[in-house]
Amino acid sequence: MSNSFLIKTEKLYKKFPMGPTVLVALDNINITINKGEFLGLVGPSGSGKTTLLNIIGSLDSPTQGSVEVLGNKIETLSHQDAAKLRNNHIGFIFQTFNLLPVYTVYENVEFPLLLQDIETAKRKELVMQALEWVGLADRKDSKPSQLSGGQSQRVAIARAVVKKPELVLADEPTANLDAKNSHNIMETMVKLNEELDTTFIFATHDEKVMKYLKRKITLNDGYIQRDENISLNNQ
Amino acid sequence: MLKFLFKGLVRDRSRSLFPILTVFIGVALTVFLYSYLNGFVSDMIKSSAHYNSGHVRIMTKAYSQESNQSPNDLAIIGIDTLIQDVEKSYPDMIWTPRIKFGGLIDIPDKNGETRIQGPVSGMAVDLFSRESPERKFLNLDESLIKGRIPEKPNEILIADDFARRLKVAPGDTATLLSSTMYGSMVMTNFVIAGTIHFGIAALDRGAIITDISDIQKSLDMNNAAGEILGFFKDDNFHSDKAYGIRNSFNEKYKNSEDEFAPIMGALPEESGLSDYMGLIDIASFVIIGIFIFAMAIVLWNAGLMGSLRRYGEMGVRLAVGEEKGHIYRTLILESIMIGIVGSFLGTLFGLIPSYLMEIYGLDLSFLFEKSSVMITGVLHADVTYETYLIGFIPGILATVLGTSIAGIGIYKRETAQLFKELEA
Repeated sequence: MSNSFLIKTEKLYKKFPMGPTVLVALDNINITINKGEFLGLVGPSGSGKTTLLNIIGSLDSPTQGSVEVLGNKIETLSHQDAAKLRNNHIGFIFQTFNLLPVYTVYENVEFPLLLQDIETAKRKELVMQALEWVGLADRKDSKPSQLSGGQSQRVAIARAVVKKPELVLADEPTANLDAKNSHNIMETMVKLNEELDTTFIFATHDEKVMKYLKRKITLNDGYIQRDENISLNNQ
Repeated sequence: MLKFLFKGLVRDRSRSLFPILTVFIGVALTVFLYSYLNGFVSDMIKSSAHYNSGHVRIMTKAYSQESNQSPNDLAIIGIDTLIQDVEKSYPDMIWTPRIKFGGLIDIPDKNGETRIQGPVSGMAVDLFSRESPERKFLNLDESLIKGRIPEKPNEILIADDFARRLKVAPGDTATLLSSTMYGSMVMTNFVIAGTIHFGIAALDRGAIITDISDIQKSLDMNNAAGEILGFFKDDNFHSDKAYGIRNSFNEKYKNSEDEFAPIMGALPEESGLSDYMGLIDIASFVIIGIFIFAMAIVLWNAGLMGSLRRYGEMGVRLAVGEEKGHIYRTLILESIMIGIVGSFLGTLFGLIPSYLMEIYGLDLSFLFEKSSVMITGVLHADVTYETYLIGFIPGILATVLGTSIAGIGIYKRETAQLFKELEA
């Protein structure tokens, strides 16, 4: 039964020591996320969205409780195993795009594949396919500085999905984009979610993103305030 | 991955240019100093060999005890036979007799009365034999300032500085006051054939060179000489061979009780050079060590600054699944690339002044005017096979060391912390 879900958290706590006191960033989080979901972690700043996203992405570990991602117990993973999990199964998209400025669009998208030791011809095929998905194949030789914000974020999406991960984690992906670009970006991700059956989890408080979500988990002061399936409302 | 890293280095000049420049400067200086030290040692060995002790030197046992006083009363007698013997036993060497002597030189006025006198140190060498290597070893033709090399008996060469002090010129008469091998006082008239510049302060202050036959006659040293010097035919000192010849020669006379029995010494022990050579080895080691340390400090700081600037990149790389150890290793790999490029360029540019100094030399004789050490005032560098490689040791070691220390900061930093900095 453990394989029927993609992610499961049980009694998850994350605490940060703050001088003499302790900040509880995540407070008894219990959620289950299935394959193919298009889900948003929403809530105000400091509600614990990014902390939860980091733990799911194996970039951080819980203080207490259990987190299972694609059959891996995050709290027991070594640095090497966590890196392998991210490399093989998880893609990240950031608010500030974070493309490597000295490399071209093609090279930025190619980078995760270099870590997987995929042969050159196959790499080229996958990179071009990812760039086709986001509509930037003609800009493959451009440098990030030559791209608009929307184009940069589409390159970041291509980089996140080029290795065809089961899970994409996006932290405020539209925060630095205007309405039109935000709409294009979300349309692209919806398309990838439908075509590749990739699970997308967003940390956001952007209303433009929320209208695309099929499930919305609202966090407040580290605990789950509401977990609602909104796919029907969105149709 | 290597190609990927290389592209990053080439395109991101702030990541590569400053470290390469640092390595370049450090390596160029290391290469130049190394070849200069090599040249210094080489010059010192050559000067000592040519002017003092040869590559090996035969003396009597008694003479060798007080060789710094050139005691000609303890000289070797029957040198023709001994030279024939060593020529036969060691055909790879050139053998030549020398007599060192001291005395006063007296310059007469037009009436034949003493005009000026001065203490003189003399060296009698074989100037007239066609096969004699002395003109070449003592560099007489190139060092001649006025006049000519002696061609007839009783002609001498005098140090140019000394000649100016005595106010004499080629063609003038000079009288040598000295003592014979048997202790009698002797006065011999010579004609100054030419003046020369030795380039060695101790000799330029007051030395003369004569043909050995004149001095043998003058000092009553028939078929005798203070020393017989042996030189390798390529004029380079070969330590192992020299000690081998010394041991084999001395073996023949080891049981002799005669204080006039011959004994052979090799250059380092004869010139006291072994201590200098040891010191120079230590100096080379220290210089390279200092450059490694200094460059590593600079590159460590550069690495820290670069790492701070690259936190975003590190965060992305961690996020896409690169392992921290792999990031650390790629940083080291980058530093090796920088080290190789910087060392290559540094070696290239370090070799240019080294070659120029090897060919033309740097005349610093004015600094050695008061020196009594047998050292040339014209400094030369010496470029050897090691010179091409020596710069790569500090070049690569310093970059790897600097990056390793700087990289530990990244390595130790928690992944989530890097990720937050990525978003900052």
